[in-house]
Amino acid sequence: MHNETLVPYLLLLGDSALVQGQRLCEWCGRAPAIEEELALMNVGLDLVGQARNWLEYAAELLDDGRDADALAFRRDERAYRNLLLVEQPNGDFAVTMTKQFFYDAWHFAVLQGLVGSNDERIAGIAAKALKEVTYHLRRSSEWVQRLGGGTEESRQRMLAAIPAPWRFTVELAAGSDNEVHLAQAGIAADPAAVGAAWLKQVGETFASVELPLPKAASHFYLDGRKGLHTEHLGLLLAEMQFLPRAYPDATW
Amino acid sequence: MYAQLVETGVKRVKSLEEMSPEERNFQEKIDAEIKIEAKNWMPEAYRQTLIRQISQHAHSEIVGMLPEGNWVTRAPSLKRKLQLMAKIQDEAGHGLYLYSAMETLGADRDEEIAKLHSGKAKYSSIFNYPTLSWADMGAVGWLVDGAAIVNQVVLQRTSYGPYSRAMIRICKEESFHQRQGYEILLTMMRHGTQAQREMVQDAINRLWWPALMMFGPSDEHSPNSAQSMAWKIKRQTNDELRQRFIDQTVPQLELLGCTAPDPELKWNAERGHYDFGDIQWDEFYEVIKGNGPCNQERVATRRKAIEDGAWVREAAVAYARKQQNKNAA
Repeated sequence: MHNETLVPYLLLLGDSALVQGQRLCEWCGRAPAIEEELALMNVGLDLVGQARNWLEYAAELLDDGRDADALAFRRDERAYRNLLLVEQPNGDFAVTMTKQFFYDAWHFAVLQGLVGSNDERIAGIAAKALKEVTYHLRRSSEWVQRLGGGTEESRQRMLAAIPAPWRFTVELAAGSDNEVHLAQAGIAADPAAVGAAWLKQVGETFASVELPLPKAASHFYLDGRKGLHTEHLGLLLAEMQFLPRAYPDATW
Repeated sequence: MYAQLVETGVKRVKSLEEMSPEERNFQEKIDAEIKIEAKNWMPEAYRQTLIRQISQHAHSEIVGMLPEGNWVTRAPSLKRKLQLMAKIQDEAGHGLYLYSAMETLGADRDEEIAKLHSGKAKYSSIFNYPTLSWADMGAVGWLVDGAAIVNQVVLQRTSYGPYSRAMIRICKEESFHQRQGYEILLTMMRHGTQAQREMVQDAINRLWWPALMMFGPSDEHSPNSAQSMAWKIKRQTNDELRQRFIDQTVPQLELLGCTAPDPELKWNAERGHYDFGDIQWDEFYEVIKGNGPCNQERVATRRKAIEDGAWVREAAVAYARKQQNKNAA
């Protein structure tokens, strides 16, 4: 039962954190200030650490000989369950921060729901992650405010950064039937509550610097929860998985 | 060594008799091992030498993120990825410590960084070598951070207080990185495949000599050393530190089951040290001049990061000013 319901949920959490962390790694040495080098890598480090925790639990439940590394480095894009939002390219700093903020606002609401999970393992991982994500959300929401309310140029860039990631927020505003069932069983965060908290956070932050909130995104063909990704994920995984794929017998 | 060729602008070390009363007072403090602090009087050449050395050191931490950033997206396991991310984060932090220490001397961070981007300021030659395999992440940790530690352990006693204290903090983290780097190589050698062992030896072959060059020119070609030693900015000569590094590294090399790309490397019982072959100083000076394998890419990447990020920094300043005005109103 767990393999069909809980594992996909753990993969949604773990894969999203891992892919977002991977995107942050791409910023290394290229950030707008040294303080940002530190912060981007710090957030990425938190997320990859969380991904490892979720994937370890998923691997235990699967019990098919794969460990967290095998799940991270040997699954193809059709088996990845991350949110479409996090696999989008970094773009400029405004795009990166917009994506980060949308993700953090969702992530924070999810973890707030999960600390009370009646699955103790989930509650434990979430409690640790929530402390980290509280910081992530504060940071990314502040950057949305600085860029949106900074200079004329930064505001224009911020406005330009919103539409592309916005269409993927449909996945943040609503969960799958599986998540609804898991939430009813007291295991997962309630997707309706997460969606409402997400929208409230985004609305308040946008309003604080008079950024217009687009109308709700609507569902279309793609679905990260089902492994139906954009074309960006395959390339991201090709880079990330190259070594374990090229040297399958190696020990690192 | 992260600051391997620092001009002092001094041709000859003055004797106490030749010094002005202020200079003599300063030198006597140095000789008595009293740390110099930011507000103390210091000779202008001492101040400028330290600015050059500490900024070179800080630039090295920042440019040094790039060869590792090259592999952080490709680290082969979650554990290795986390270690590398933590290391890169530490390096950014070391850069910040060092720029702060430098600023106590009255230098401006942005001005010094602009010198790096225009090619006027140097950074460690080692970061101009490419990282071509995962084994390089181990070899950089072990050899490059290892060489840096040999230098920095001594710099913990450097005469300028803020620099000395930065070194004490930084050394703790660097030692950790070095052990992790060595463990990467040890894992590949002991538990890895033949292909992995070849990767390790290849990384050592490529990075061995560049790591030895990190200590700077040999003493006979190091005209600035005498003044730096008299001021106790430097505590030991380039060749002494290089010898210490080799002596402590060769046993680690043997434990790995690897070899150095130096047929002349052998234990000299009489000296109680390892003898080693000649360093290719032509290569060293070419790299220092900007003609190494990655000089152009490294500087271009850093320059682009700061140029592309200008609007972000301007936004932060503008927003902070607006908030201040709002709070004041």
